[in-house]
Amino acid sequence: MANTFAFAESRGGALRRVAFEAVSAARALADASGGGEVHAMLVGAPGIASLAGELGKYGADMVIVVEHAGLANANVEALAATAAARIKAGGYRAAIFSASAQGRDLAPRVAAQLGVSMAADVTAFELAGDALVVKHPAYAGKVIATLKLTGSPAIVTLRPGARAAVEAVREARVESAQPTSDPGASKLVVKEMIVGGGTKLDIGDAPVIVSGGRGLKSAENFKLVEDLAAAFGNAAVGATRAVTDDGWRPHSDQIGQTGRQVSPELYVALGISGAIQHIAGMRNSRTIVAINKDKEAPIFKVADYGIVGDVIEILPVLTAAVKEARAKG
Amino acid sequence: MKIAVCIKRVPDMETRFKIAASGTAVDEAGLKYDMSDFDGYAVETALQLNEKQGPGETVVISLGPDVVQEQLRKALSMGADRAVQLKAERVPTDGLVIARALAAELKGGAYDLIFFGRQAVDSANATVGPMVAELLGLPCATAVSTLDIANGRGTARRDLEGAAEIVEFALPAVVTIDEGMPRARYPSLKGIMAAKKKPLEVKPAQLGEERLTLEKMELPPERAAGRIVGEGPGAVAELVRLLHTEAKVL
Repeated sequence: MANTFAFAESRGGALRRVAFEAVSAARALADASGGGEVHAMLVGAPGIASLAGELGKYGADMVIVVEHAGLANANVEALAATAAARIKAGGYRAAIFSASAQGRDLAPRVAAQLGVSMAADVTAFELAGDALVVKHPAYAGKVIATLKLTGSPAIVTLRPGARAAVEAVREARVESAQPTSDPGASKLVVKEMIVGGGTKLDIGDAPVIVSGGRGLKSAENFKLVEDLAAAFGNAAVGATRAVTDDGWRPHSDQIGQTGRQVSPELYVALGISGAIQHIAGMRNSRTIVAINKDKEAPIFKVADYGIVGDVIEILPVLTAAVKEARAKG
Repeated sequence: MKIAVCIKRVPDMETRFKIAASGTAVDEAGLKYDMSDFDGYAVETALQLNEKQGPGETVVISLGPDVVQEQLRKALSMGADRAVQLKAERVPTDGLVIARALAAELKGGAYDLIFFGRQAVDSANATVGPMVAELLGLPCATAVSTLDIANGRGTARRDLEGAAEIVEFALPAVVTIDEGMPRARYPSLKGIMAAKKKPLEVKPAQLGEERLTLEKMELPPERAAGRIVGEGPGAVAELVRLLHTEAKVL
């Protein structure tokens, strides 16, 4: 009945979806190991403690709240020292982080500090005796590796979206803690946070992604893609590497092997031929729609539904039809 | 500045991979190899920094069997000054084992900067860079898309999901290089000739016991073949109907 640790990621004073996924995964692991407790660590500026209850909803028995004025932005050195010290003191069987930009920054430092090995970017895991057996997509998502992690605690980063958060309501108790190292003494600090476009949904959080390729023909034509995203209401805009390389869209919007790997409920590929590099980033989407003028384009091999035709001509019609369908509810 | 760049030999990701008979590796027959994409950007970034800010030294390091000398030579032909192979029969699966071997080599090297690619494109773990930083007690800026170095300090942009942060750090530091940084240059003929005379030192890698091991490799399940709903704007109505009634995503 070992306890499990989860790092609950927040940004700008709000919990991220990956925080619930990490807590929920820790809950599943604790239950599988005979019903130990889940202890979630929540770090931020003073006031962050008010979010602790939200973590109880996904199965945290206790929330370790670390509030410090120097932790309003991520501070990886202070976070790593604080998480490592708490994980060591708590004698946890496993510690779950998110394979997000922050989690990928943090977890390897925690593992190295504790002198334990870790499994990165896992999509599934199960206990097997003393070991944790995990699945990890490798080779641009074309190969699924099964890895065995021994040693305790087992440190894991969980791929965002791979495992939906499941409600398992508990009254989480709160324990206050101080950072183990002074955030002001860190050798690397965040000087500025740039939050993209107000309420704009991130491609990692959006249930629908509409994504454009070279078939859009120009940066200006991405307005048509944004219009479709707006019609869905819950969509984010993605792009191929060709498009971000040409500067039509920022690099952070790139979906593919060298960009973001996404698995939304619906992925709409617009004017995208379907290079292996791109498919590596979106093949795990639940439903895929492709619109492309070339009926032989490889994107149609992974798409559930395809339309052959000029995407610039089709987009306004599709946007109007989606708007109408949405209006009907 | 003295800059170390840690690079990995990886197969071309455009390949249609097959699983080897062992079930724990990809079939190597017919694979083409190069240095991992992001590692190429890292070599390029180091070269440009030393070209602009010179004088400096760019040292490339790779852990693995003798075939990694091919990628080390390529980095030398791009312009790196010398290379180190940390010789091992194979690249370990456990990132901490790799990080410890690299840290042992890097420690005492008096490097101002240690570069890695954001992740190796084959194993895709992104763990070794930050682990090395931790083992050496250095700051680490991961997955940077811009980098400025001036007066013993670095400033970099890190793209987060739907946001970005600007980080500042003191040198010496570890930096992992992401998309947005300059693409690797093609070696010139002159560079290729010069590389043959540059030092490539071979040392045994100090490898500990692995606690992350590879049990199995398999191809992901194929997606069921989809269908073409129709051609042109006239097919939109049917597509929307299917998304609503069949896929239930609208």
